[in-house]
Amino acid sequence: MKTITQFVAGQQLPPYTKDKVTKVQLVQYAGASGDFNPLHTDDTFAQKIGMPGVIAHGMLVMGFLGEYVNKIAGDAALVKNFNMRFGAMTFPKDVITCNGIVKDVYEENGKQMVVVTVTAEKGPEQIVGTGEATLEFQ
Amino acid sequence: MSLQALKGKTGKPFSFQVDHRHIRQFARAIGDLNPLYFDEDYAKATIHGGIIAPPTFPVVITDEDGDTLDLGLDYNRMLHGEQQFIYSRPIRPNDQLTGQMKVTDVYEREGKKGTMEFLVLDTEITDEHGNHVVTSRTNIIYRPVTVK
Repeated sequence: MKTITQFVAGQQLPPYTKDKVTKVQLVQYAGASGDFNPLHTDDTFAQKIGMPGVIAHGMLVMGFLGEYVNKIAGDAALVKNFNMRFGAMTFPKDVITCNGIVKDVYEENGKQMVVVTVTAEKGPEQIVGTGEATLEFQ
Repeated sequence: MSLQALKGKTGKPFSFQVDHRHIRQFARAIGDLNPLYFDEDYAKATIHGGIIAPPTFPVVITDEDGDTLDLGLDYNRMLHGEQQFIYSRPIRPNDQLTGQMKVTDVYEREGKKGTMEFLVLDTEITDEHGNHVVTSRTNIIYRPVTVK
């Protein structure tokens, strides 16, 4: 994704599609994050509590949006605020696409601030996470 | 039980040393290969002046003993509804951080299945000079007990 030099409210940002989620990735994320809830790594356990199988960590999905946010920042901005509400569950083999739209552009203490609304979806109308990031351009 | 009594409850402070290897593992697990997290020479030439951690890295900053703050709640009823990071500066390798967890808000809302209770848990993360680095804010939905 190219570095964007100008932001205007309402601007649609280039989408970013992740490689499909894998079970190995969930084990990797469990190890790296320290979240060892077996719901994310053990199919038998997940099925016992009514799931078709393991589900992705919600924070992994937020991690995808975090990757997208820092692509938008393009080494020129600091992430000051970043939030996400959790939506539908993500399963192995799901392909997540991140989308962004510029919500607001303003100046604060001589710095350009850009607020971006970001969503992660695994298909049309299947939102797995929606949030907002405030970027401070230096 | 009303959760109101939990408001203001504060955990023990804990320390956390940021390791570059940990940052790399975390970024790789996400599949985020941004050189800002891996390549010191690259990162030096940016506004960050060196390697930083991905924005969601504060989720790993917990007490290794795991007994940061015992709220006496039923974990099966807890649902992670929302997560927020409020940054003063990015996290960097070799940061010596201190974290402290606090219940900052408790509120109720009427839902289809009865009264839903919400908890806001903040982990305040500061550096070795006592300066604020980031607040990791977790909104938890405490679901009503299901009658079977």
